[in-house]
Amino acid sequence: MASQTLSVPAKPRFQLTPRLRKLLPYITISTLGLVILLLFLAPLGYMSLTAFKTIVQVRDPHSQWLPASPINYTYQGVEYPLLLVPTEDGVQELALVRPGREESDYVDPQNPEAGIFTVVGRWRTFEPVYEFNPTTANFPTSWEQVNLGRLFRNTIIIATLGTIGTLLSSVLVAYGFARFRVPGISILFIILISTIILPRQVTLIPTYIFFRTIGWGGTWLPLIVPHFFANAYNVFLLRQYFRSIPRDLDEAATLDGATPWQVLWHVILPQSIPALIAVGLFHFFFAWNDFFEPLVYLQGREDLYTISIGMTQFNNIFNTQPGLAMAASMMAIALPLIMFFLAQRVFVQGIVVTGVEK
Amino acid sequence: MAKKVEQPQGKQAKPRNNLMRREIRWGLLFLSPWLIGFFIFTLLPTLASLVFSFTNYNPLHPDQISFAGLSNYARLFTDPFFRQAIGVTLRFVLISVPFAIIIPLGLALLVNSEHLLGKNLYRTLFFMPSMIPVVVNVMVWRGIMSTETGWLNRMLGVFSIQGPSWFQDERWVLPALTLMGVWGVGNAMIIMLAGLQNVPTELYDAAKVDGATSIQRFRHVTLPIISPIIFYQLVLALIGSFQYFTQAYIVSNGRGDPNGSTMFYNLYLYRTAFNFLDMGYGATLAWVMFVVVLLITIFLFRTQQRWVYYAGGE
Repeated sequence: MASQTLSVPAKPRFQLTPRLRKLLPYITISTLGLVILLLFLAPLGYMSLTAFKTIVQVRDPHSQWLPASPINYTYQGVEYPLLLVPTEDGVQELALVRPGREESDYVDPQNPEAGIFTVVGRWRTFEPVYEFNPTTANFPTSWEQVNLGRLFRNTIIIATLGTIGTLLSSVLVAYGFARFRVPGISILFIILISTIILPRQVTLIPTYIFFRTIGWGGTWLPLIVPHFFANAYNVFLLRQYFRSIPRDLDEAATLDGATPWQVLWHVILPQSIPALIAVGLFHFFFAWNDFFEPLVYLQGREDLYTISIGMTQFNNIFNTQPGLAMAASMMAIALPLIMFFLAQRVFVQGIVVTGVEK
Repeated sequence: MAKKVEQPQGKQAKPRNNLMRREIRWGLLFLSPWLIGFFIFTLLPTLASLVFSFTNYNPLHPDQISFAGLSNYARLFTDPFFRQAIGVTLRFVLISVPFAIIIPLGLALLVNSEHLLGKNLYRTLFFMPSMIPVVVNVMVWRGIMSTETGWLNRMLGVFSIQGPSWFQDERWVLPALTLMGVWGVGNAMIIMLAGLQNVPTELYDAAKVDGATSIQRFRHVTLPIISPIIFYQLVLALIGSFQYFTQAYIVSNGRGDPNGSTMFYNLYLYRTAFNFLDMGYGATLAWVMFVVVLLITIFLFRTQQRWVYYAGGE
């Protein structure tokens, strides 16, 4: 009836244009992603901002996000704090000259000739005026206090030697597992892999006693030498990689009279650069991060400490001095983060995944 | 995909044998770093550790070592600190393992979404914090969760929630450590992402044609296919909880503060062996940990056919 005549193009109220409808999922997901990312990285923001704060700024009851200090205004040779005071003419920045309980005397820095006047209201409830006022003093101070220079040097030496050791040994062992028909090799490989679930605490005490007995306690040797005997993760990763290189190439080289060393050096390794970089980086990061073993083996030898245990020592001092702690933290992560960004493909794509997948 | 080794045939047997012997010699030469290392740094210490667990070895008086029978193992049953350490560890497993699965999975789904602009940048940035040394991680999160000046409690304050004093409160320290662990999910995220990328698109298309909603597609297509990876992460997270040490040590100054609430199993082991130098009992604790981890792993592998889906049977 009538309804039929009424049904002129009755569009629903919120009709999205086709273009917008196509874009909508992008907008929603990307916004969601951005919010999650910001929450995820907020601690880094906290670190970077706090590193530039003085202890007074950290403790400030009105604590600001940015490193900022309250401003004072000098009136007739005396400094007075600037407050945000609500007046009849809106909120004004006034200097508090004589604080009182219910009403206080102020002077207007914009118009000091007007002299002191009284405003009703509890000054304690008014916010101070802040200015951006970062300090860089935390960096040299914490560098000195923690002796970061020495910690860096120690850690880099240990990490570099260990990386060389693990690369050399893991390459040899992985090549052995990838290319040679030795009876029982598959059982050996299973043993190798099963060492991954063996907690290192099980071997820790006898190994510790062994190293003490041969006089390696309080030296770096226990942190370096064992890495010259290959490690299950790295061997696994490299073996998978080597096996993806066609055998025809090494067979051709062998027919030309190449020894297995030459095959490894001239055929296998040149094609495995990404895997080698990955293994090297993994170890470097491991050594940079390692805590347990330096703690056990370097006990009492502060001059040999690595970053991780060296900084832990100062953990308690830092608790009361967040600015120093965050400045030291920023310096301690600079090198790993730079390395990570230079080589992020290695971590985020490809190689890592192929290693763990199987 | 191992190819069958060709069997030597009568005529050629001899030169082939020589060749094989040469190959074995070379192979053993290349394997030798690991063979030696396995013997010295794994097999011998593991056995020695078992032997130590039956003694009262103390490095200060190595000459007074004597056979203690099963007394170290009997002590486990009466040791209140052992019970406490197990309790803390199990509580942490219950609180943290779900997060160790759900958060990396959520992030992997996010950075795998076709609708996310700048995916690669997100992958890099979500991964990045797991590269930050644990000490720094702890320091930064202690700042974030500091009772008065930390951002977390100030954020809660915006919603008029009075935040707890995370690391000083024995009821909140384990959740605080769990929250801190969220920063280390990068690796798990990448592995799960690889799993998601392996899901064949035809399956999604087929489900779409059948009118499945995106939640149904996730539930019935994505989850079964990535279940082996979730399983793998579960095993890793459980083993990791038993080995949890560094964070607990730094947060509690190696003492399990506040009031023993961070006395994780591994921290107790460290204190027994290296602070109290009771290495016999320490070795016992280590072996118990090994057996427990082994049992958990075996148990999980046993249950996996109930919920883990392997394409192509195995």
